[in-house]
Amino acid sequence: MEVAAAPGVDEGLRSELSKQGIFTVKLQDIYNWGRKNSIWPLQFGLACCAIEMIAASMARYDLARFGAEVFRPSPRQADLMIVAGTVTKKMAPQVVRLYNQMPEPKYVIAMGACAISGGPFKQGYNVLKGIDRYIPVDVHIPGCPPRPEALMHAFMTLQRKIGEQTFAGPGRPRHLDPEAPSEFPVPGLGEDDIVPAKNEQVWEAPVMVRG
Amino acid sequence: MESLDQISRRIQDAVPGVRVEIVPNDTPAAQPSLVISSEHALAVAKFLKDDPQLQFDYASNVTGVDWLDSVIKTKGKVKKIVDGEEKEVEETVETKRPGYLEAVYHFYSMRLKHGPVVIRQRTGNRSDQNHLTSLTPIWRGCEFQEREVYDLYGVVFDGHPDLRRILMWEGFKHYPMRKDYVPPDDFEYEPTPHDDVLARAKTHSAK
Repeated sequence: MEVAAAPGVDEGLRSELSKQGIFTVKLQDIYNWGRKNSIWPLQFGLACCAIEMIAASMARYDLARFGAEVFRPSPRQADLMIVAGTVTKKMAPQVVRLYNQMPEPKYVIAMGACAISGGPFKQGYNVLKGIDRYIPVDVHIPGCPPRPEALMHAFMTLQRKIGEQTFAGPGRPRHLDPEAPSEFPVPGLGEDDIVPAKNEQVWEAPVMVRG
Repeated sequence: MESLDQISRRIQDAVPGVRVEIVPNDTPAAQPSLVISSEHALAVAKFLKDDPQLQFDYASNVTGVDWLDSVIKTKGKVKKIVDGEEKEVEETVETKRPGYLEAVYHFYSMRLKHGPVVIRQRTGNRSDQNHLTSLTPIWRGCEFQEREVYDLYGVVFDGHPDLRRILMWEGFKHYPMRKDYVPPDDFEYEPTPHDDVLARAKTHSAK
């Protein structure tokens, strides 16, 4: 297999070569192609969204078609964390810790209303108002719970995102950027609330403009 | 099942010194309950479980109630001197009732297929006299639910084998289901605030 040295191979030459059975491709593309079609999710569920996640991985919805059927029970072997369900404040430090224990490259799907914003428990005292306050989330899916199709859509979105990542420059994944953090501070459980309430490096409150 | 009056009388016969009071319920549920003195609760529980006519062998539910200090208004006739002569005048009398915490138990009998009987225990007040008797030694199923009442209402159950918080974390200072609990102010981002949430969001943004 030929590997193109420069980003731009002449389109005519490429077409001519492919007629002879020689395919030219950028190393970056084949690298991303391999990565995005073998995402191993971390096997854990927090609430009812996990039931939909299980359904998505079983025969009827068959997540194996996207190369993501190997749910790993250990964070050391997983690439993807699907935060499937309500993250209570008591559980939040453990979720961040699990994320920190995953090796790079790693991705996060926040699945369902609770994981993205606190959902129906947003005004309560004991539920975290979105896991994106502590760890970087790649894909948010709304729904209560999202159907397996929605989770598959999140997978395809994530695959597209991985496919577009470059080796260098601002679009590169975190594991190719020596400056980028791989671990994020684990919040503590205080006397009144979880402390700190958010990781300023990861999340800031959207500015609400009211008419 | 026997009527609550009968049960109450038989409890008084079986457990000397116990104070039993029937709490009427004028809601559509119409399910009256018994308040028993906490220091005799274990003996009452044994009686309810072992009595051949009752045999309440299943503790279905334990929950807590927080009653704040309140003023109860009752209408009564009071003798008063009006214009030099004594008359009976109808007046509303206000009595202050100090707040207390309550643990409510629902018991059924699986063997005799009857129930529930609703038993309440009340604490002296909402701060320092917050101890009640645990019924876990009689019904093992009360263990987690009494822990929950301890966690959310701050009722301490004496005789409980493992009284720890169950839903909130160790080190959490408050009892969230109490009526005077103020939840943490984390309203920095609220897309659709309304009613009391809007008021809280406004006080947050004013800070």
